[in-house]
Amino acid sequence: MSRYVIEAKDLTKRYRDLTAVDSISFSVTRGELFGFLGPNGAGKTTTMKMVQCVSPRTGGKLRVFGDDPETSGRIIRKRIGVVPQETNLDPDLSVFDNLTVYARFFDIGRDDALKRAKNLLEFFELEGKKDTIIEKLSGGMKRRLLLARALMNNPDLLILDEPTIGLDPQGRHHIWEKLLKLRAEGHTIVLTTHYLDEAAKLCDRLVIMDHAKILVEGSPDALVRTFIGMDIVETDKSDQVTRYLDSINISYGTGGEMIQVRTDKPRELADRLTEQFREIRIITRPGSLEDVFLMLTGRGLRE
Amino acid sequence: MRIKIHEIIGIMFIGVSRVWFRNALVFRRNIRVNLIPPFIEPLLYLGAIGFGIGAYITDIEGVPYIRFIAPAILAASVMNASFFECAYGTYVRMYYQKTFDALLATPITIQEVILGEIFWGATRGLISALSISIVLLLLGLASPVGLLIVLPFSFLAGVLFSSIAACFSAVSPSIDTMSYPATLFVAPMFLFSGTFFPLHLLPQIVQVLALLLLPLTHVVSLIRGLLTETSVPLWAFNISWIVMGTIIFSFLAIRLFKRRLVV
Repeated sequence: MSRYVIEAKDLTKRYRDLTAVDSISFSVTRGELFGFLGPNGAGKTTTMKMVQCVSPRTGGKLRVFGDDPETSGRIIRKRIGVVPQETNLDPDLSVFDNLTVYARFFDIGRDDALKRAKNLLEFFELEGKKDTIIEKLSGGMKRRLLLARALMNNPDLLILDEPTIGLDPQGRHHIWEKLLKLRAEGHTIVLTTHYLDEAAKLCDRLVIMDHAKILVEGSPDALVRTFIGMDIVETDKSDQVTRYLDSINISYGTGGEMIQVRTDKPRELADRLTEQFREIRIITRPGSLEDVFLMLTGRGLRE
Repeated sequence: MRIKIHEIIGIMFIGVSRVWFRNALVFRRNIRVNLIPPFIEPLLYLGAIGFGIGAYITDIEGVPYIRFIAPAILAASVMNASFFECAYGTYVRMYYQKTFDALLATPITIQEVILGEIFWGATRGLISALSISIVLLLLGLASPVGLLIVLPFSFLAGVLFSSIAACFSAVSPSIDTMSYPATLFVAPMFLFSGTFFPLHLLPQIVQVLALLLLPLTHVVSLIRGLLTETSVPLWAFNISWIVMGTIIFSFLAIRLFKRRLVV
């Protein structure tokens, strides 16, 4: 058995007048929490759809559990749990029925389904909502229920498309906590996100995608080390500051209303700047995944 | 790895029945809302048209008017129940509730989802047929033996109407455009399929069109034959149209949904 849960080589998805995924290669190993990071329209969801055997690929090679989604869709889907971006819970059914009805589609027997539904509701702290109809759940509860549903078939691979989109900070942290617990139990998890803190906090390894291509791949720390390397000193953008930095031969980047300087001596630079401009506002901070992301994908707004 | 054809059919049958079961469970949850209309509506038609207009019409081809339209009202309810379930119900599940997306993330395939929907639509038709049968039986307006044959037959007719509706559902850009088939196809069918007056009263060209394009014509004439115990001159053509139509529209519905959803 292959040690790769997912293996993609030159994977491509073309629609009539659009290339959604352009010849990407990646692999996910067993027990890993793997992230797809990228702005809207980068091709993350399309990639997930191909892995889930819902959308057929246009070109390249794709193997999930060593099988080809094109010919073994049913067998592969039996071993996958999916948390979709948009809620597709059954609004006419109760929380508990949502889980047990879903189990039937996986050939899970009634007793087994009842037991698993009960355990999962406990795990996601939804026992009290067992008989509630979906409409009455908060956004965070719906997400947790979607996650519980995706685990009903005890999947070998869990796919989450934007798992915390639209949640409040409490809701996000709750989901993160559960995902880390699941990873610790040995689940293989793939998620897409455009939240950088989420990716940095959760992922063992991630790829950054933009314009249908993978730009870089690595662990969050390694990416920050490689692409930013140093600390960052940030200050409000003004002509005086840029002239001064030019005069002392320090290179800088500008993004939005801020000037950023990458440096290994942040304190020293901050002191020189305060000396020069009394009233200046200065932030020094370690480089983050966000810096890598913006550096690679630019600051232009995406549709 | 070779899988035999009967195993594939077996797996598909299980998948289809699971989709059907999901819809049945939701139906059961709302049973009171769901079961009253199929009882009331035919009573309204029977009362208004049968007893009202019927007072001016003695009989048609030897059959009292109320007995003449009773089978047509049963057939039309099967059509309405099945058609609207797979037109609006299916569309809501696909587009608004994203139920299909949820199903397609499980081992269930798209063929099974669509066939499950069509068979569920047919079941709605059968439920309507059953409730009207009780009314007709109590009022003594239909042959009891005929009703026994009509029930399974109305399931088949339900599959036909559901599969046609599913085709519209698959190509409809929004739920509003579903009113086109409702007013341009179902409504004329309700009036011009030999439902309230015999087909031969219509101009010949309209008769031909009705026989070729309006499946309710065939369903009405077969059910009328069974419930009034009269002969059905075109029975072979009626049955062939229904069987062929069922097969063609079911396959077409699967194809159209694949084109829409598997991208």
